[in-house]
Amino acid sequence: MAVTHIDIPGGRVLERFLPRPLRGDAGGQVMLAVLIFTVALVSLLNLAVPASSPLHLSTYAVTLIGKYLTYALLALAVDLVWGFCGILSLGHAAFFALGGYAMGMYLMRQIGTRGVYGNPVLPDFMVFLNYKELPWFWHGFDQFWFAALMAIVVPGVLAFVFGWFAFRSRVTGVYLSIITQALTYALLLAFFRNDMGFGGNNGLTDFKDLLGFPLQRDGMRVTLMVASAVALALGYLACRYIVTSRAGRVIEAVRDAESRARFLGYSVESYKLWLFAFSAVLAGIAGALYVPQVGIINPSEFAPINSIEVVIWVAVGGRGVLYGAVAGAVLVNYAKTVFTGALPELWLYALGALFVLVTLFLPKGVVGLLRARKVSA
Amino acid sequence: MNAAQVWARRLSGRSQSAKPPPPPRSGAVLEEHGPAAGPDASRGVILYLEDITVSFDGFKALNELTLYIDSGELRCIIGPNGAGKTTMMDVITGKTRPDHGSAWFGQTLDLLSLNEPEIARAGIGRKFQKPTVFGEHTVYENLQLAAAGDKSPWATLFKPLSGEQRDRIESVLDTIRLTDRVRARAGALSHGQKQWLEIGMLLMQGPQLLLVDEPVAGMTPQETERTAELLVSLAGAHSVVVVEHDMNFVRSIARKVTVLHEGRVLAEGTLDQVQNDRRVIEVYLGE
Repeated sequence: MAVTHIDIPGGRVLERFLPRPLRGDAGGQVMLAVLIFTVALVSLLNLAVPASSPLHLSTYAVTLIGKYLTYALLALAVDLVWGFCGILSLGHAAFFALGGYAMGMYLMRQIGTRGVYGNPVLPDFMVFLNYKELPWFWHGFDQFWFAALMAIVVPGVLAFVFGWFAFRSRVTGVYLSIITQALTYALLLAFFRNDMGFGGNNGLTDFKDLLGFPLQRDGMRVTLMVASAVALALGYLACRYIVTSRAGRVIEAVRDAESRARFLGYSVESYKLWLFAFSAVLAGIAGALYVPQVGIINPSEFAPINSIEVVIWVAVGGRGVLYGAVAGAVLVNYAKTVFTGALPELWLYALGALFVLVTLFLPKGVVGLLRARKVSA
Repeated sequence: MNAAQVWARRLSGRSQSAKPPPPPRSGAVLEEHGPAAGPDASRGVILYLEDITVSFDGFKALNELTLYIDSGELRCIIGPNGAGKTTMMDVITGKTRPDHGSAWFGQTLDLLSLNEPEIARAGIGRKFQKPTVFGEHTVYENLQLAAAGDKSPWATLFKPLSGEQRDRIESVLDTIRLTDRVRARAGALSHGQKQWLEIGMLLMQGPQLLLVDEPVAGMTPQETERTAELLVSLAGAHSVVVVEHDMNFVRSIARKVTVLHEGRVLAEGTLDQVQNDRRVIEVYLGE
């Protein structure tokens, strides 16, 4: 049984001031409280505490946390389709990368004459590859609003078109998973090519500033982390809204007994399609926030293994529980940071072992473990 | 029909049956997710099945089956295993496309041109042989899912349940005697309760035609009796087609019985008539 409220004095009163999707969602309330607290504390320790103090938090740590938050948003997107609708997408990193490329293109255009070749219009790699003029699809990316819009539209439309064909043809289960892998792999190969016009193998990098502010400055780093946290919180609320609505019940019905839902008069394909496209949009937003923080986007982000890793985050955190996906993404990525620092060659084995162990012993993930504790206590 | 033809049909949204079926006059158009655009049963017949043939790898599950169901009638369909009873239901509900033949719901709705959700919204409800309730959902949520109304993603995302729908759920809960289990997970119900819940879901859809596949399998004698009462009370306002093996149950509800054998109608009439039919005794009752 789910825990529906937090047992603190006045907790019931507090509930009333929360937005509707958060009511009765103790785990989500805790998750958002931790998120706000962490972001506030990290900002303070980075900006307000002098660098000489032992309490000072490095900008590297701020960026790391910001990166985890974008991963958490990506995990949320995967959990929404996999945990609630049974669509095991093994290609969500592709939508993440597309959002990232949209932002990367804007950041490239912002470099202007400060590039190695000093061309005011063409990014360095284009000069190097003998481009005479900007390809048509690079137009408009000098405007932030346009790039931000594309970070949402491109993944959303791709997911919609892909979903249209896949869901109308009633491709489900493992076959769907395989073609999502094929999708991300096809994009990987395409973006590797120099004549695609996206920087080929090297991707887009060497970014200087965003909206006129230098990316390397501490304030900018904190701002990006806060923006990631805000996106994660809003994404969480939107997902909660969906899964607590009547549509949420339909989506779960599709997951559990697709043909039965059809016989009740639901157009299963429409539900899957809209959910999948929305989820891709969330992934795109996550990607757009990720790129300015890590400072590079290249085709390796499309690698099939990345999408599989996201599924592992969700499985570890707890499939079908939204805050579980967030927890899973942060936990596994923190483990990855520590592990790849200490024993880099063992990380992939550890990740694989983690997935196997979680599947065998914790089918409901870490969150399931916490819930079981609460019930037995 | 090959895959290309199926696609062509899906794209054009039209039936490809070569010969125009006799009863209907015009093709009705359904709104995409909208509530039922009811059938026109003005001629007293709600369902026309004519010359329906379905074959699986050369085996003819239905062999030029022709069957009419009157408006408001309660019809029992009996027949040995493999007689084509479930396949017939699959054809009516759009799950299986026949090789040829025509199927019309009232005067205006060509069932062969509609997909499963469209047929469900047009007013044909189906109860499966094995109870298929949504086990992870509560009893209330199961009924809510089944409730008639706008079933588009947009409506279910932004519009709450209407007061009318809520009242309907209350009254159906009462009918199926699950009011005290309303917050229970459907998966935790007993077999008989699941059967009842599924009948309740059927009622929530407000269908004109109910297809009920083995409704009393696994029910206690009391539950069976109540199911019989319920089905009899539904006939009149609805048309009900019941597939059942339990002869006592059939006797308790049936006015008219159709015997299927090898994909076609073998005999039709009252239970006594068909039980005394020599051919029926041979293939089915005489076993």
